[in-house]
Amino acid sequence: MPSASATDFVMYSRAYKTAVSAPPLLWVALFLLLPYALMFAHSFWLVQDGVLVRHWNLSNYQRLFANPLYVEVFLRTVRIAASVTLCSLLLGYPLAYYLSFHSGARKHFLYQFVIVPLWVSYLVRGYAWKTILGSDGVLNGFLQYFHLTHEPVGFFLYSPFAVVLMLTHIYTPFVFLPIYASLEHIPRPLIEASQDLGASPRSTFFRVILPLSMPGLLAGATFAFVLSLGDFLAPLLVGGSSGTMIANIVQTLFGAVYDWPLGAAISVCILLITLSLLFLTERFEKRWSFK
Amino acid sequence: MSSPSIPEAASTAAEAPLLELRAVAKRFGARQVLKNISLDIASGEFLTLLGESGSGKTTLLRLIAGFEQLTSGEIRMSGERIDTLPPHKRRVNTVFQNYALFPHLNVGENVAYGLRVQGAPKNEIPGRVAEALGMVKMTEFAGARPSRLSGGQQQRVALARALVNRPQLLLLDEPLSALDANLRKEMQAELKALQRETGIAFLFVTHDQEEAMALSDRIALLRDGSLEQAASPREIYAHPATAYAASFIGQTNVLRGEVRRGIVTCGVLRWPVDDADGEALFSVRPETIRLSADGKRQTHEVKFRGSVRRQIFSGASELLEVDCGDGQLLRVRLAPCGPLTGEHDFVFSIADAIRVGD
Amino acid sequence: MSRKSPTRRSPLLAIYAVLVFAFIYLPIVVLILYSFNRDGVGGFPPRHFTLDWYSQLFADGSIWDSVLNSLLVAFGAVALSLVLGLLAALGLDRATFPGKTLFRRLVLLPLILPGIITGLSLLMFAVFAGMQLSLLTVFLGHGTALISVATTELFAGLHKIDRAQEEASLDLGATPWQTFWRITLPNLKLPLIAAGLLIFTLSMDEIAVTFFLIGRDNTLPLEIWSRLRRGMTPEINAVSTLIFAVSVALIIIWYRIRMRSMGSDAQQLLERP
Repeated sequence: MPSASATDFVMYSRAYKTAVSAPPLLWVALFLLLPYALMFAHSFWLVQDGVLVRHWNLSNYQRLFANPLYVEVFLRTVRIAASVTLCSLLLGYPLAYYLSFHSGARKHFLYQFVIVPLWVSYLVRGYAWKTILGSDGVLNGFLQYFHLTHEPVGFFLYSPFAVVLMLTHIYTPFVFLPIYASLEHIPRPLIEASQDLGASPRSTFFRVILPLSMPGLLAGATFAFVLSLGDFLAPLLVGGSSGTMIANIVQTLFGAVYDWPLGAAISVCILLITLSLLFLTERFEKRWSFK
Repeated sequence: MSSPSIPEAASTAAEAPLLELRAVAKRFGARQVLKNISLDIASGEFLTLLGESGSGKTTLLRLIAGFEQLTSGEIRMSGERIDTLPPHKRRVNTVFQNYALFPHLNVGENVAYGLRVQGAPKNEIPGRVAEALGMVKMTEFAGARPSRLSGGQQQRVALARALVNRPQLLLLDEPLSALDANLRKEMQAELKALQRETGIAFLFVTHDQEEAMALSDRIALLRDGSLEQAASPREIYAHPATAYAASFIGQTNVLRGEVRRGIVTCGVLRWPVDDADGEALFSVRPETIRLSADGKRQTHEVKFRGSVRRQIFSGASELLEVDCGDGQLLRVRLAPCGPLTGEHDFVFSIADAIRVGD
Repeated sequence: MSRKSPTRRSPLLAIYAVLVFAFIYLPIVVLILYSFNRDGVGGFPPRHFTLDWYSQLFADGSIWDSVLNSLLVAFGAVALSLVLGLLAALGLDRATFPGKTLFRRLVLLPLILPGIITGLSLLMFAVFAGMQLSLLTVFLGHGTALISVATTELFAGLHKIDRAQEEASLDLGATPWQTFWRITLPNLKLPLIAAGLLIFTLSMDEIAVTFFLIGRDNTLPLEIWSRLRRGMTPEINAVSTLIFAVSVALIIIWYRIRMRSMGSDAQQLLERP
């Protein structure tokens, strides 16, 4: 049993360590936990005659699920997010694979090339697509110049297609990063062992490389899906009326249509979906991690 | 079951010990890593903590340095309790296993660090740094970055950094284990010389018993968190307290036998002893057994006959494994004698059969 | 560890990789090209080279006002995020306290949540606290959201520090406070700079959270946004190109710094016996 003075020593270092965590803890509690809690609370309140009434009820959620328009937009959003995730994976995974296994000495140089657009303004990239896809845009001009079409193609811009295209462009590097990291972590002797035991490259990929890269793949996919799900800027830039997503509805509810509680309810739903996906992938990752 | 020998004070028994460990114990969760260690270290002594990995020797070192806290017991330095003090208040310095040199400071700044943070007079610092670097023969590297030095060089800098503070006790956590064999022997000699020169007490941790025997004034053998024996190398070698101590330090034959009416019987071997009836363990060092040319034995000797199963020549000596016919394989170390075949007679003195605890 | 790839070289894969690279860079290349086009945006191919749009840009006062606003917010966000992020990283790396897991998840949540959620919840908080929407609320939003970036980068940096160094410092007589200033912090120099650069860039480009917290003074992205609503002008191409150029420079610097901070570790490891 430690004596009194030994306990002083314990407190000396433990108190010091804990005090260090206090400021960020407080900040996070005040500016993250509290706001989320407020949003949660708002979803149970009402707006009557343009005034917020703090009357606890479930009517927002009921309206949400009963309204066919909201349901349709929500389903469209999920479809878009899923498409974005799929396309990003189809683009990002082979790129990561190429860089990790086939690029040799140029690996670091090429890696910089991939991450640079990652951090360059979302707005800039979205705007670029806008200029390309419009009826007077670069793509149509290109097609007409080479006589591939005679009239501007309409659906390029202001459609779900445009939203998927733009978001895939944004999130492919996001998806690339964790996949590349987990591919790099695969010890090369494992691959050599697989080949030594008679597996073809294709077989080695499906039996060794793919399973071991699952954590990165899941992380990237979750990221792309969740962020696409809650995106409201892409629809505003290139989505038009047919490309509206659920976050746009939230935005108008907080804007012109003054119905914060309903908007909060939808936000809470998005939040819950995000958290459950994170939880699921974490569980999945534990099962798949072969440490 | 005999108890381990009582920890002795060093040769200067009249002086008070520099460091006293009293009933020191340490538990990590459910695991009792150190059990009731009591040990003294005298000023100017070179004491080695010897043991296998998991024996608790590094933990004990860290307790003395202050990076871990005792579960129970006391540590006193010059009579005053230090186990309640944080590490930066103890007059003890450590040489870390991986040197832990500060990469963003050059060699000179590394060595000066302790002096700076403790507020030594500014004009004194360069002189003391130069002195310390001179002691370890690294004077010309004062401006170099640690990342540019070899392992051996980094280790010297780590030593200088610790010694410049003139601690009363220097803790060394397996400092030579990362070096290759030749460099190791060289550094062993230098460390010993350094210790003599500075007169600082060294507490040296290692798992290498040869190293321990070569360097130490005393060895403290740890086993599973307990102190097995603490004595000078010659003492431990000649009079190991237990079979473990006998086997760990040097090589030995451990003979298990039964004492009945003044005679102990270990398989085919028998000799008279002064012990009470019951089970007994004896340690017989391989080099104390010799070939009997004429097959006769003297009264103070034990004789046995056996066939040589294996013979390993190692230049200065040969190690034989001899089958005595009772299932025992005894190891015998002889001067080079050429290949031996068939059965031979061997003898050893009864005095060389040391009774050991379990 | 540069070994030749054990798998067969695949030309198909290389072509595919090139195509993906092209996809990633195409829109930006188009953007840059057309910022020099006299006929503005659209049509193909770009015919007349001009710098008019750039000179128009430089004369545009309100754009530069918004740049100044963005800079103010960005520097503030960097300061706030780095300080709180460093403390959070230290706490997560070394301390144990109840609710630590919740804290960790909470700190990292803004990274993965869509910006609209963080933005709206902070808006509700601002209203609740009776705050006027202004650059201050934008600053609070950026700072809070970007703590996660700082924490992640600094936690990785802390992890790389050999704990024995801090023990050695204590052993040599330095107090924990001295150890922090002389040993821990210098070892974090590169991760701190890297994190700072990243946070600066992210703050300058931030739209989603800013959208809901903006008052009368616009930041650069929102200034561009409001102009976009009114109609597209090639001037926007010009400013976008400039933003791209600056961002690229910053990101490459950030990456190099990061490589150096990890590289020096690698070098240390190589030199150990």
